[in-house]
Amino acid sequence: MAGEVDNPSFFLTTLQKGVNWTRTKSMWPATFGLACCAIEMMATGAAHNDMARFGMEVFRASPRQADLMIVAGRVSQKMAPVLRQVYDQMAEPKWVISMGACASTGGMFNNYALVQGVDQIVPVDVYVPGCPPGPQSLLHGILTLHQGIMSGEIQRSTGVV
Amino acid sequence: MAASGGEVADDPILDAVVAVAASAKVTVTTAGPVQVVVEVGREDYPALVEAARAGGFETFIDLCAVDHLAREPRFDVVVNLLSTQHTRRLLIKVGVPNEDPSLPSISMVYPGANFYERETWDMFGIVFDGHPDLTRLLMPDEWDGHPLRKDYRIGSVPVEFKATR
Amino acid sequence: MSDNTRDSETEGLEGKQASEGRSHGAEERRRVHDLWVAGTEEPDWVATATDEGAQEMLPRELDPGLAAQRGVTVVDDYGEATGLRDDELQILNMGPQHPATHGVLRLQLELDGETILRSKPIIGYLHTGMEKTAETLSYMQGGTNVTRMDYLSPFHNELCFSLAVEQLLDVDIPPRAQAIRILMTELNRVASHLIWLATFGLDIGALSMMLYGWRERESVLDFFEKVTGLRMNHNYIRPGGVAADLPDGWETDVEGILDVVRTGLGDYEAMLNENPIFVDRTQGVGIITPAEAQAYGVTGVNARATGLDYDVRKAFPYSGIEQYEFDVPVGQHGDTFDRYLLRMEEIRQSLRIAEQVIETMPPGDYRATDRKVTPPPRQRIDESMEALIHHFKIFTSGFDVPAGEVYQAVESPRGELGMYLVSKGGPKPWRLHVRAPSFATVQALPVMMSGQLIADVIATLASVDPVLGDVDR
Repeated sequence: MAGEVDNPSFFLTTLQKGVNWTRTKSMWPATFGLACCAIEMMATGAAHNDMARFGMEVFRASPRQADLMIVAGRVSQKMAPVLRQVYDQMAEPKWVISMGACASTGGMFNNYALVQGVDQIVPVDVYVPGCPPGPQSLLHGILTLHQGIMSGEIQRSTGVV
Repeated sequence: MAASGGEVADDPILDAVVAVAASAKVTVTTAGPVQVVVEVGREDYPALVEAARAGGFETFIDLCAVDHLAREPRFDVVVNLLSTQHTRRLLIKVGVPNEDPSLPSISMVYPGANFYERETWDMFGIVFDGHPDLTRLLMPDEWDGHPLRKDYRIGSVPVEFKATR
Repeated sequence: MSDNTRDSETEGLEGKQASEGRSHGAEERRRVHDLWVAGTEEPDWVATATDEGAQEMLPRELDPGLAAQRGVTVVDDYGEATGLRDDELQILNMGPQHPATHGVLRLQLELDGETILRSKPIIGYLHTGMEKTAETLSYMQGGTNVTRMDYLSPFHNELCFSLAVEQLLDVDIPPRAQAIRILMTELNRVASHLIWLATFGLDIGALSMMLYGWRERESVLDFFEKVTGLRMNHNYIRPGGVAADLPDGWETDVEGILDVVRTGLGDYEAMLNENPIFVDRTQGVGIITPAEAQAYGVTGVNARATGLDYDVRKAFPYSGIEQYEFDVPVGQHGDTFDRYLLRMEEIRQSLRIAEQVIETMPPGDYRATDRKVTPPPRQRIDESMEALIHHFKIFTSGFDVPAGEVYQAVESPRGELGMYLVSKGGPKPWRLHVRAPSFATVQALPVMMSGQLIADVIATLASVDPVLGDVDR
């Protein structure tokens, strides 16, 4: 077999591309709203901005069925273990978008109660800035993630931080 | 509330409430006579709250603590009651010393005080004697310390930028 | 969770007090534990094997006051009547990650089959330490903090904070600023109730409401963005007035909102009011009585649905709202359907106020002329060094507020939102306590839920409109 095909990577790379394409076109987010950003996340899914255009309108209530966790809002010390557990429950491959200043860095609340950046708990693929990021910003973040997956820049095989 | 001070003159609703507590001191606030502050000693506090409920202040609005740190007594617990029939508020303020930060619970008089007392215990470490379920409310159970005390650090993490690493 | 976040050691304060406070904590915890187990080694009433203390339900044999408080009285009779043994009960944890909990509320439900015997709300999953942060921000910056508490009604938070500060400062707010504040808060009430309608519809299966509610809300948010630059978390209402005047042509925009929302409301009511599924799922569900509402501090729509006639706007008017004509709708059953009707009517009344604001908007300044709290106009900064210094000072070090204490309340879409502000002089508050309306509402959930079916939990929870940012702060 190996002798017959001179360039075996030809077939394999296109399959990889095909896989990546399917991953980006039906990336179901988990319903994981925390704070203000969750409202904008819901607004992104609603009529005006319509995430269904990207095959993402199905917010899955169960993390087992979700591919993408959008950490929308501030993560408190009490919520952090829960968040990690939800992430662990998601099936591979999975991605994480950290939405908004609070999820990315703790935002303006640099105090005892908040985790200063969700990347301390779960690996983050795309950070979306804003307080809260508007639906357009979130869509931009999502498209950035899609591009990264398509180009192979973002690959996820293990859930290790 | 100290801003305008002054005594309340001839107030039958309030007089009936305050009559049960010898230590009660009444002041009006900047909001006028619709918002009255009664400072009371710890010993008279439960009786005053019960009298307030009997006297028409049937709605429980708020209970919180203030940490004055250097002052004696260190804490103030402020109970905020509302009378919708008389359209007025009553703020009951009771001092709590640092050595023995405890108060009788009023959650049997106003069930709504339950969560507020738990929050105050969580944030200030003030024990409410007789409370049915005095556990931490907002912080995780294993948390150490009481965050809203003035001697509890805000717990900020220094901000680092990549370029400075 | 690093050490320094847990450390209660003092920072520039007397170390003795700090160490005392800390050792005392352990003692107090033991005392609390004593309360729990009442002398026995092992609490024998633990319903489920969990490792967290707060997960435990209370014992079933309670004294009457507490039983009423937890809503146990009704269901305990039921339990005894059917000869329930403890092993037939199950504890179900709902949340904190659950699509119908409106954020990160966690409910612990004790179930017999599908019937809720008791429930226990567990909160704190969104605790942000805002009351602590407020002590480190100046009065000028404080608005950015409070606006993020109840993220569905940011204007009400800002207004409440500003009114509290202004009471201490004793500044006069020009009529135009007051009218702008009323306009923005009432439109915010519309937006908030629309979100409520959308999520409530989603939760009980009226999925189209989800799309319609958000669609109408966008029209309000577009106006907010035009005025304040942000869709949410505006920091627009500030101590001393508002941040900027309304843009040209704002009347047309608001009239557009009035049209869109009013048309929409008619459609929704046509869809829902007579809809047998909707009516069956809401009528007689999640009932709370007036006495219970008062004792638990439930305010706002949830209290008015029981027949209580209490609205902060009427009882303790603020920001000149008494000049406008509006009605406060009051229900009578205290159930989910009444809460729905009331919110729909409140949207109408808020639009009515907005309409009056368009007609009567007074000319004049949009912020107080008091130099102490008001930064100089932009063009003055180019002309005058003093104005530049003044501008710099007011935004860096803020302004001093005289010592005092004040409790200020406004009617947020969720009920009475109050702020208790303690100042000891200086540019930062000594203590800011927020009396959050959702906090009291969540506390009263066990009363509304006991004896219902588990599907009604969703309807009840959605109907009381809790915002967890408001609950946990």
